[in-house]
Amino acid sequence: MAMSHEEIFGEVQEVLVDALGLDDDEVTEGATLMGDLGAESIDFLDIVFRLEKAFGIKVPREELFPADSLLNNPDYVSNGKITETGLAEFKAKMPHTDFASFQEDPDINRLGDLFTVKSIVNFVEGKLAAA
Amino acid sequence: MRWIWIDKFVEFESGKRAVALKNVSLAEEHLHDHFPGFCVMPECLMIEGMAQTAGILVGEARNFEEKVILAKINKAVFYHYVRPGDTLMLHAQIDSIAPEAAGTSGRIMRGDTLIAEISLMFSHIDQNLAGKEFPEENFVFTDIFRSLIADIARQQAAAESQ
Repeated sequence: MAMSHEEIFGEVQEVLVDALGLDDDEVTEGATLMGDLGAESIDFLDIVFRLEKAFGIKVPREELFPADSLLNNPDYVSNGKITETGLAEFKAKMPHTDFASFQEDPDINRLGDLFTVKSIVNFVEGKLAAA
Repeated sequence: MRWIWIDKFVEFESGKRAVALKNVSLAEEHLHDHFPGFCVMPECLMIEGMAQTAGILVGEARNFEEKVILAKINKAVFYHYVRPGDTLMLHAQIDSIAPEAAGTSGRIMRGDTLIAEISLMFSHIDQNLAGKEFPEENFVFTDIFRSLIADIARQQAAAESQ
């Protein structure tokens, strides 16, 4: 039977609690991984490994957290901001992510804010629906 | 000289699991001060021993082509003191491995007694840290590490031919 949104959130919450050494109540849907939950680069890989185990899915890291490879493209970044073209590409590559507040000020230093607990839940929902 | 905290491998299943043995000796000078009158093996050195056991396992899985660096200690729980004269068995297994990194879990045993549970993450550093360059040569897996693998390979070959 398909998992409900709440069930997926519960599993994701457990993954993040274990990977980042947090308390349950810190992992809210709106929390950002880096800013609010203190995740560092190696933690992203840890999270990917744990999601694969928890949900029995394959998670290519560049699908869930693609920013690194996109940032190296000069068409996508100009003066420390993501360009229109870049933003369209980010949206296409990260359909699980909410860009509403980011696009008001697409400063690359704010990219970290895109990686929220909710974006992971959405990503897993998409993967499970496609499976 | 290399800082090394396992004596030999006793089991090795490529890409899956390994068991290393460590004999703790009063000839290790740091034990004289840790602590005077009550020598115990520092827990941080047990983590290092597990990092070497699991790190070699992870390195061998990719034919020592990657520079495997300890990136994160997910868990390290210790249940008993380890004293001079103890023989430890460090059991490590690969839980996940990807082009960029690997996750391992492990237990340290003294006979049937569980001494520690240690889970680690390793980074294949050339596949991470975009823009930073590292020396060509694999400075992680130097001769002494490779000799540990060569010894267990010889033992396994000898056992098979019997």
